[in-house]
Amino acid sequence: MSRTLYDKLVDAHKVCDLPDGDMLIYVDFHIMNEYTSPQAFSGLDAKGLDVWRTEAHLAVVDHVNATRSNEPHDKASKLLIDNLESNCTKHDIAFYGLGDPRQGIEHVVVPEQGLVIPGMLIACGDSHTTTYGAYGALGFGIGTSEVEHVLATQTLRYKRMKTMRVLIDGETAPGVTAKDIIMKVVQVVGAGGANGFAVEFAGSAVRHLDMAGRMTVCNMAVELGARAALIAADEVTEAALQGHSHSGRFAFYGESWHSDPEAVFDNEVAIAGGDIEPLVTWGTSPDQSVPITAHVPVASDYVSPKAKAALARSLNYMGLTEGQSAQSIAIDTAFIGSCTNSRIEDLREAAKILEGRKVAVGVEAIVVPGSAMTRIKAEAEGLRAIFEAAGFEWRPEAGCSMCLAMNDDIAMDGERVASSTNRNFEGRQGRGARTHLMSPAMVAAASVAGHLADVRNFK
Amino acid sequence: MKDQQMKKMIKGIAAPLPLANVDTDVIMPKRFLITITREGLADGTFADLRFDNAGGPRPDFILNKAPWTQANILVVGDNFGCGSSREHAVWGMRQLGIDACIGTSFAGIFYDNARKNGLALPIVSPETRDLLLQAAGNGAEITIDLSGRTITAGDIRAPFEMDAATQTALIRGRDDTLDSLEHAGAIRDYEAGLKSQMRVSVIK
Repeated sequence: MSRTLYDKLVDAHKVCDLPDGDMLIYVDFHIMNEYTSPQAFSGLDAKGLDVWRTEAHLAVVDHVNATRSNEPHDKASKLLIDNLESNCTKHDIAFYGLGDPRQGIEHVVVPEQGLVIPGMLIACGDSHTTTYGAYGALGFGIGTSEVEHVLATQTLRYKRMKTMRVLIDGETAPGVTAKDIIMKVVQVVGAGGANGFAVEFAGSAVRHLDMAGRMTVCNMAVELGARAALIAADEVTEAALQGHSHSGRFAFYGESWHSDPEAVFDNEVAIAGGDIEPLVTWGTSPDQSVPITAHVPVASDYVSPKAKAALARSLNYMGLTEGQSAQSIAIDTAFIGSCTNSRIEDLREAAKILEGRKVAVGVEAIVVPGSAMTRIKAEAEGLRAIFEAAGFEWRPEAGCSMCLAMNDDIAMDGERVASSTNRNFEGRQGRGARTHLMSPAMVAAASVAGHLADVRNFK
Repeated sequence: MKDQQMKKMIKGIAAPLPLANVDTDVIMPKRFLITITREGLADGTFADLRFDNAGGPRPDFILNKAPWTQANILVVGDNFGCGSSREHAVWGMRQLGIDACIGTSFAGIFYDNARKNGLALPIVSPETRDLLLQAAGNGAEITIDLSGRTITAGDIRAPFEMDAATQTALIRGRDDTLDSLEHAGAIRDYEAGLKSQMRVSVIK
């Protein structure tokens, strides 16, 4: 019988059915960070339980650490970082902490270390674990109680989800990136449109993406509600598996990690690649976006009173007026970083725009490479010099930083940020901070213009 | 340990929170996440909606107004709990005294986190949700019958959806980790069937 890639992955990892309708699925590899794991370890201790299989876990410091130096910036963050290290020492778990040459944002570190390969099942206490679908692996975010469950049993209780295929065929125009593709999908499907679904991205526009682009797409699939995102493994994937410290150590046979040609999905969405433009968000939900050439919506664009009220609320928070052109939105800050867009490929794209240009007067511009290895590579390629010549602050340490502002990189009340990150929620980058999501190249363009700007005008 | 009591009925004042896409950053702002315990999160819950910049209560926010200061149920907008995986959002809601959120759809990780902490998330049709929003706005008491999968509020009587495993977990208040370890034999059997190259070992 024909099966989807998602069903193949679930079938391959099913341990047993449970009487209440759930199943237990096996977790091949589990990643932890310092902020969603402490209570999982204390739960183990309270129940007197050991870690089931210590070598199948990796802990990385990334969410709360400062990126100006490898010293914690305050006592509270130090407590979380030290707590993770001592839990890992106690339970004999691999720990990539501050100062370790392998440290960085977990979802940047894992592929860089060769720790994701097609056919794996990966869990992590972070919603953006959907990133690993780019490799034909099943990755998904879990809560802290589930982190405890994985530590103690190497499994999770699981319900099979429905399947959705998002087909994006046709060549995308110059200036359109993987970030624009996924922002378009979020706009079309809606912020909760894929709740309860595992989403497979297919079509020529997806196949033509490199692995960094595929990771950007799968990473932000959670913003449409998808608990899992997948892209079939192909020759691009195979090529990306070589040359890392864990390369050749693992293999997952037994299946071809793509959907069978006749596989049936519960839902299908089609988007024409040629219709996608560079997008920016104007509101406080990732699906509130418009092409950079367009304007902020007006109340008459919506029918229901609820939608009109939501528009008014978002515009009020964002300090924008109905119908304002996207390019008239002036920014205070430009931020390039996050698990969505801080890989070497992202930095190269932004540097292309910045080369020979200057950040506009009054704009604070920051770039935080996704990992220590990414930073070193970028410096060797001369990217740091380009960013610094343009007026960007080049951060020496890696982390999530201003994507969620759990460290000391916090946007002020009313501060407007052009951001290569994944969420424009109220208060996400700081209480009262206003976030506009876009591709790294578009952030670079905005930093130079001093307002949201069309990257296609920067030849 | 989890709450072990058998909880088949949830009854109380419900607060209407009709906003769509209420995310976990709004439910639990990040400044409350710098902690290694599950405790002390009640004040952080909906902090930016409940309190102004000076820390004073915002009088126009529903949970700051009688009778909803006593609410133990929320009637919420679509896609509640989207965003980050932070279980702190659910811990905080429980510590604030919230036993259930009634809505049309919930984000997946939030839904699973809720189940682990005895927070019921009955799923109803948009029509039922809108009726319940109205009833909640009038200060009506809502009753959620977990066993019968039914919600009543005045004249309103409507079914809700909840998968069987979550329903059982909420009623029994069991500990999933300890429960699953009863299947340790099946886990070992599965592992015995793995080829050596399928056993991930992370370089320290």
